[in-house]
Amino acid sequence: MVNVKAMELDSLTIDGARTALSSGEVTATTLAELHYERIAARDGKINSFLALSHERALAQASKIDGMAARGEDLPVLAGVPVGIKDVLVMRGAPATAGSLILKGYRPPYDATAVAKLEAAGAVLLGKLNCDEFAMGSSNENSAYGPVLNPRALDRVPGGSSGGSAAAVAADFAVATLGTDTGGSIRQPAAFCGVVGVLPTYGRVSRYGLIAFASSLDRVGPLTKTVKDAATVLQVLAGHDVLDATSSERPVDDYVGALSKPVEGLRVGVPEEYFGEGLDPEIRAAIDGVLAGLKTAGCVVKPVSLPHTKYAIPTYYVIATAEASSNLSRFDGVRFGLRSEEAKTLSEMFRKTRDAGFGAEVKRRILLGTYSLSAGYYDAYYRKAQQVRTLLTRDFLAAFAEVDVLVAPVTPTPAFKLGAKTDDPVQMYLEDIYSVAASLAGICGVSVPCGETKEGLPIGVQVMGRHFDEATMFRVAKAVEAGFEAHG
Amino acid sequence: MSEQAGVTIEDVRRVAELANLELTAEEEPRMQRDLNAILGHIAQLNELDTAGVPAMAQVGEMLGGDVDKVGGTLRPDLVRPSLDRAAVMASAPETDGWFFKVPKVIER
Repeated sequence: MVNVKAMELDSLTIDGARTALSSGEVTATTLAELHYERIAARDGKINSFLALSHERALAQASKIDGMAARGEDLPVLAGVPVGIKDVLVMRGAPATAGSLILKGYRPPYDATAVAKLEAAGAVLLGKLNCDEFAMGSSNENSAYGPVLNPRALDRVPGGSSGGSAAAVAADFAVATLGTDTGGSIRQPAAFCGVVGVLPTYGRVSRYGLIAFASSLDRVGPLTKTVKDAATVLQVLAGHDVLDATSSERPVDDYVGALSKPVEGLRVGVPEEYFGEGLDPEIRAAIDGVLAGLKTAGCVVKPVSLPHTKYAIPTYYVIATAEASSNLSRFDGVRFGLRSEEAKTLSEMFRKTRDAGFGAEVKRRILLGTYSLSAGYYDAYYRKAQQVRTLLTRDFLAAFAEVDVLVAPVTPTPAFKLGAKTDDPVQMYLEDIYSVAASLAGICGVSVPCGETKEGLPIGVQVMGRHFDEATMFRVAKAVEAGFEAHG
Repeated sequence: MSEQAGVTIEDVRRVAELANLELTAEEEPRMQRDLNAILGHIAQLNELDTAGVPAMAQVGEMLGGDVDKVGGTLRPDLVRPSLDRAAVMASAPETDGWFFKVPKVIER
């Protein structure tokens, strides 16, 4: 073992881990232990991990080390330490979804995305903190305490995949899984300065994902580089018989697409994403990205997504309606918390749910139940579904003219803890640039592209056509290269 | 519309009952306030004339009606092993090892 302690976890990538493993510079076991040591030393403050799965991680690492020792071909993620957002289930590991109502639950099976990562050689370090049932934009809705932003400890990491973004930013893991229903991968990636991918709806199986809003929920990777994101998505993508909404379309070669030039690609700039409320430093950073893409030979042109301002109200009707239905399964019967005070079944349901759900989850269940209830269904739910059609048509029309769209991820950089907790509408407006892509089902990625004067990360969003992650990644790679060259 | 207090405390209680939630006396007015604020924001949707616009429930419907493009296909109905009963029951709040046990169901 050569110089193990000098192994730099800072900015360690999948390629870096692979090179170090195959040269014998480090073993998968040591790599896992180094990550656990770093988590033990630094995560007390950041609070990104809710549970560590040492036994399973070290068993996998030992298996990889055995393969390496025998000179076998190593799988693509061999020995890569990864973390899993705690809304995805891992056999035998606690699954809380950031909620008290699931406290103590240890599911007896793996989510498909988790199983695929492990089959590709990844080492599963543990479960990551998130907003309760993935409902939030700041990670302040976790029943297990907020996650802090590793880049600025007085700031939120974003949400709901706040732990997933923070763990990558703090080098606690080389990659993590997050989920995105209205921005929950892209927004925390932007706040923490990492790459975060929203795959096309249907591209990655949702089997084993604790459902929030089934027509919107997606599973995707958070990583330190665009190439790592493409590598992990390559592993995750594909049809799964256990998810009827997963697509049978063949998976493109995402990693191969990265080496194709972006010259001649048409980049659309949606004017509605650059209006009032956009932080001037973010606007300037994105102007820089667009200038760089022009220099690289892209054709940059304005486009219009005229219904953008209706995306948030549409989202909060549809997402909460689906949540009110999905969350009815948490009733104290089969798993998790059960109120001990109840004497009858219906009392048990009510008392368990009152004690187990936090304020934001209750708010959304009430809103969803309200909009689905007799007399309001057409005015709210059906209306929102119609506007969802208009929002999706906006994107289909734009993608007839351009190959990708480039826009901000968030209106502001990471805000201070507590800044928006008292006003749900203000918090929801955080999602203004992310929810439309969620409703339309297209793919998107947040890529670091700058910093504010205060040193807070700025992300830019590259959105692609349905199932055209390959072109999205090509442009994201060019954005990353520009940031590295000039940033 | 945002100025009209559309949701009353009685509405909050009725919806909570539908959702099997038991709100405390402190939670009720807060939820009333928040629901009114959020519904006020949602009222913007009424600016749009959506007559004749189809409702969209799933992304696949928008991709030329080809459900195979985004899944929507069902797997063959084959007999396969289910989750292990003992593993499932290990997470149950109350069980006799075979069934989930719950408090009295018939309340009258």
